[in-house]
Amino acid sequence: MAKLKDLAAMEDRLVAGHGMCLGCGIPLIFRIVLRATEDPLIIANATGCLEVCTTIFPRTSWNVTWIHSAFENAASTIAGVESMYKALKNKGRIPEDKKIKFLGVGGDGGTYDIGLQALSGAMERGHDIVYVCYDNNAYANTGGQRSSATPLGASATTSPEGTQSPGKLQRKKDLTKILVAHNIPYVAQASPNRWQDLYKKAQKAFETEGPAFLNVLCFCPTEWKYDESQGIRLAQTALDTCVWPLYEVENGKYKINYIPKEKKPVLEWIKPQGRFRHLFKEENAWVLEEYQKQVDEDWEELNKLAKL
Amino acid sequence: MKKETWKELTIGTINLDAGNSVKNLTGTWRSGKKPQFIEEKCIQCFFCWLYCPHSAILVEGDEVKGINYDYCTGCGMCSVECPPKEKAIIMVKEEAKLAEGDAE
Repeated sequence: MAKLKDLAAMEDRLVAGHGMCLGCGIPLIFRIVLRATEDPLIIANATGCLEVCTTIFPRTSWNVTWIHSAFENAASTIAGVESMYKALKNKGRIPEDKKIKFLGVGGDGGTYDIGLQALSGAMERGHDIVYVCYDNNAYANTGGQRSSATPLGASATTSPEGTQSPGKLQRKKDLTKILVAHNIPYVAQASPNRWQDLYKKAQKAFETEGPAFLNVLCFCPTEWKYDESQGIRLAQTALDTCVWPLYEVENGKYKINYIPKEKKPVLEWIKPQGRFRHLFKEENAWVLEEYQKQVDEDWEELNKLAKL
Repeated sequence: MKKETWKELTIGTINLDAGNSVKNLTGTWRSGKKPQFIEEKCIQCFFCWLYCPHSAILVEGDEVKGINYDYCTGCGMCSVECPPKEKAIIMVKEEAKLAEGDAE
């Protein structure tokens, strides 16, 4: 098992000086993911927090080859690069033993919503790429609009809470399941607070021949509205309440990687976050109940799938 | 920082100076509090290094040696996640501030 000391000694592929918020979860995710392979890396980054904050012109925080993509086409871009690599290898212009890894990166807006079609296409065509989605539940970079990853009842600028509305009325889209339905070799869900789990999953994803997908929970103090020093604790609560279960699907076989000793009520996840504050009003009690019911159902279903 | 025009910029504004964002000193964002490192209490678990969003933990050789205030934004995650009972990183009040946010 990798030790943090050894990881710290490795070269930083995402360096300091980026403009991400205080207590942001994104750099923590990529600190681990980018260390999971020692091969040269080419990254295509969809528009989003990570892309905007790391490449404020004329500077860049990236120490690897990095391509800016529009919101909708990070997966297509990286698929194209991978095809080029194969073609050049066939022509003998890249040596046979030269290994390069390809990584597509996007937030939940660029992955769940706008980039879904391109992602689906790239996965279906079977390119040898890894796609990592950091899911912070909103379009955090543009001011916190709702995305299809925003959970039920959360207040976002385009689904605000008020006298007529309890925040977002729809439930969160289950993107990981959509990716599993592509029958690709490796799909996993991870969280930055379980770094060993994330590291192992990223390693597996890079080693997988063919497409691999990682969906990583990313806490966001700006849009979730909690004390910015508590991010890691909050991510742990997401695991303990089963709001964000950690599991992987390897060649169709489900495996749950974290089972809480005692499944906590969803309330514990909701309480510290300002975006859910209005749910404690009397008239919004049904949302809390509905949220709990959905989490319970999803967790039960996942357990059934893992036993198959 | 002098603004470059189209005559000096690379075609497609490709940035060939990888990792030059280290010149942005994000430490100027800190307001009111900063972490303080107490070396003798440190158990070298590297959690602060792992959980620092702005890569502001100084690592020399294979030991955590302190905090790089040029980049530390004072979010406090390192202090919260520091595992020993008597924490090796505590948050303290800070009044003086860096004047410039640019290393050039």
